[in-house]
Amino acid sequence: MPAILILVPLFGVMALNLMPGKFGRRVAFWFAAGIFAIQIALAVLKGHVIWSGALDRFDTLFRLKFSGDNLSFITLLCIGIVSLTSLIISRCTIRDEKESFKFINILIIASIGMCGIVMVDDIFSLYVFLEISAIASFILIAFSKDINGLEGSFKYLMLSAVATVLMLASIAILLLTSSGTGFSVLRNAVALSRNSYMITFAIGLFLSGLFIKGGLVPFHGWLPDAYSAAPAPVSILLAGVMTKVCGVYTLMRLTSSVFGFTEPIKNILLLVGTLSIIVGAFAALGQNNFKRMLAYSSISQVGYLIVGIGTGTALGMMGAAFHLFNHAIFKTLLFVNSAALEKETGTNSMDRMGGLSYRMPVTGTTSVIAMLSACGVPPLAGFWSKLLIIIALWQTAHYSYAVIAIMASVLTLAYFLYMQRQIFFGKLKSGFENLKEACPENTITASLLAGITIAAGVAFPFVYNYFLVQIKDIIR
Amino acid sequence: MNVTNIDLSLLGIMLLAALWTVMGRSLLKATIGLALTSAVLTILIFRLNSPLAAVFELSVCTGLITVVFVSTISLTKPLTHKEIIEMSKNRHKRYIYLPLILVLTAIGLVLLKIPNDFAVPQPPETPLSVQNILWNVRHLDLFGQIIIMLAGAFGVVTLFTERRKDDR
Amino acid sequence: MTADPWNLFLVFGFFITMLFICGLYCILVTRSLIRAIIGLELLIKAVTLLIIVAGYINNRMSLAQSLVITVIVIEVILVVIAGGVSLQIFRHNGDLDTRRLRNLKG
Repeated sequence: MPAILILVPLFGVMALNLMPGKFGRRVAFWFAAGIFAIQIALAVLKGHVIWSGALDRFDTLFRLKFSGDNLSFITLLCIGIVSLTSLIISRCTIRDEKESFKFINILIIASIGMCGIVMVDDIFSLYVFLEISAIASFILIAFSKDINGLEGSFKYLMLSAVATVLMLASIAILLLTSSGTGFSVLRNAVALSRNSYMITFAIGLFLSGLFIKGGLVPFHGWLPDAYSAAPAPVSILLAGVMTKVCGVYTLMRLTSSVFGFTEPIKNILLLVGTLSIIVGAFAALGQNNFKRMLAYSSISQVGYLIVGIGTGTALGMMGAAFHLFNHAIFKTLLFVNSAALEKETGTNSMDRMGGLSYRMPVTGTTSVIAMLSACGVPPLAGFWSKLLIIIALWQTAHYSYAVIAIMASVLTLAYFLYMQRQIFFGKLKSGFENLKEACPENTITASLLAGITIAAGVAFPFVYNYFLVQIKDIIR
Repeated sequence: MNVTNIDLSLLGIMLLAALWTVMGRSLLKATIGLALTSAVLTILIFRLNSPLAAVFELSVCTGLITVVFVSTISLTKPLTHKEIIEMSKNRHKRYIYLPLILVLTAIGLVLLKIPNDFAVPQPPETPLSVQNILWNVRHLDLFGQIIIMLAGAFGVVTLFTERRKDDR
Repeated sequence: MTADPWNLFLVFGFFITMLFICGLYCILVTRSLIRAIIGLELLIKAVTLLIIVAGYINNRMSLAQSLVITVIVIEVILVVIAGGVSLQIFRHNGDLDTRRLRNLKG
């Protein structure tokens, strides 16, 4: 099964480029949409497909071995949904056909990279697929070739490459103690020499690399620049899945499968997570640019994820996994709204906008729903995931961290309410009387995403039993 | 398996070449310094019984990357002579710290006693050759290389073309 | 680990750390974009040497060589993309000064 998510898009991209130009350009959009839709279906059905016999033969033909458990399926679902959203929004914002063709090709490659990260079994293949996603995102951020995008791309490139070097150095030191690079082999080797100075140093190097990739404080310098300077569909892809898969999912997978939940690692994770929550929330309060505010809000929410992992209990991991899904949905929805605003009003600064909900009702309503989910208001999905994380913190006697998490939720409510009042409510600013609602792809996508976040919250017991319960197996 | 004098002198030459790369004044000198570092690194890797990796490093890093750097430098037109003098006037004030930092780190590392306390795995019973490992065990990496070359091709197509005047 | 390979690792590790510091200093202090990419190259060379040394000590030369070959391929693509981005910045700004990249304020 898993090979279909990597091989079919790869051969598809090669085939698309070998076809005669006009035909390839027209087919590209529908091919990519089909790939992402199949990915969503496979992730929801957890791989139980009717035609699994033929697919297994495909796998053995290329001798690819992947492994996936429930955490992989949740992340695959996020990747599928966000890539499909980014594809649909790009149809609306990138008008030129040739540019759109290039964008769709690079988007498929980014999706291949992320699916590869989620499904591998081996730390060096993890590095290879991390690099694939990173290179695809460098090209995407610089896609529209304006000076802000190029600057954001170069800053992200430098920091990401340094993070890669740190991770490679850590893999090289770990290679001194283990006989291979597979996860199970490494786990046994690390468990044997847990108190060794060199191995602790290697784990620290790897964690630093992952913190840079995930945009956690104090390595978050590239994140607001890259998110706000990228073109609209690329911001959606970056904020929705790319940072989280490259940073947070890899952290989850490695701490549970290789490094183990030792006390120093848990303490570092809790500290870095809490720092990210606080710094992200405070920095978002003072922002004027809408996308920059959303970027700092992302830093804060990723802090919640890290704190959830840092508790080391099954409940914390479940809360973190569900919050990963929720954050993908509501942050994508907010960035879809920002794409609509940027296209229709031509600006990103909040003080130039005002009272827009009269002219853009769908955008306004969906952004209110996303905001309520982000702040953790019941019965939307964000409430459940934050509740799980806070209960996990309380159960492991980290009372001060739980109190900080609750207070940061109040801060989240504060800056989002400010954003709502500034952009959507109040008096309509002059010059915006003829404002149209965003293009139909944008409104339909926004409504669907809002529907998903409402449904995931209301149907939480079903989500819990189907997806989340098996995650406790990864904590051994 | 012990460190001979040749190894030590090669490592010293590599470090000097790297220092020249960082502190050299013009960009072309820095590129040539990088190529020299790569060449010495190739000899070191060859002495550590890795001929295949050494050949790759020589042909790709010393050759291809130097060509990429020189072409990028020539496409980005260098400044006029006066501007170069102006910009590198205060250069030495910034770069003088590097040898100092290196000497301090050297003293620190020599005094640091790293304990030798981790377990070493058994050597493999049947040592496989590189070709065998690359094709049979790590074929996922080969797929990764194909994908990344495809991504690089798209990157070149996107990034190296001129911006059209009516683009947003 | 026996004394001889450990000695080898310490000596090589000393020089690798020096190379690492050279590369990191170059990235942090430089004012030209291309020199930042050169510093990145030095970092990756240090890590390549570290992988080979780790494989040599453990008698796993073939595994280390396969890893190094993949790292070198990825490094080339990274340098090409970085060069492309700096080329586009040059076409916008007219020079490759990092001090002019201050549009996005943190």
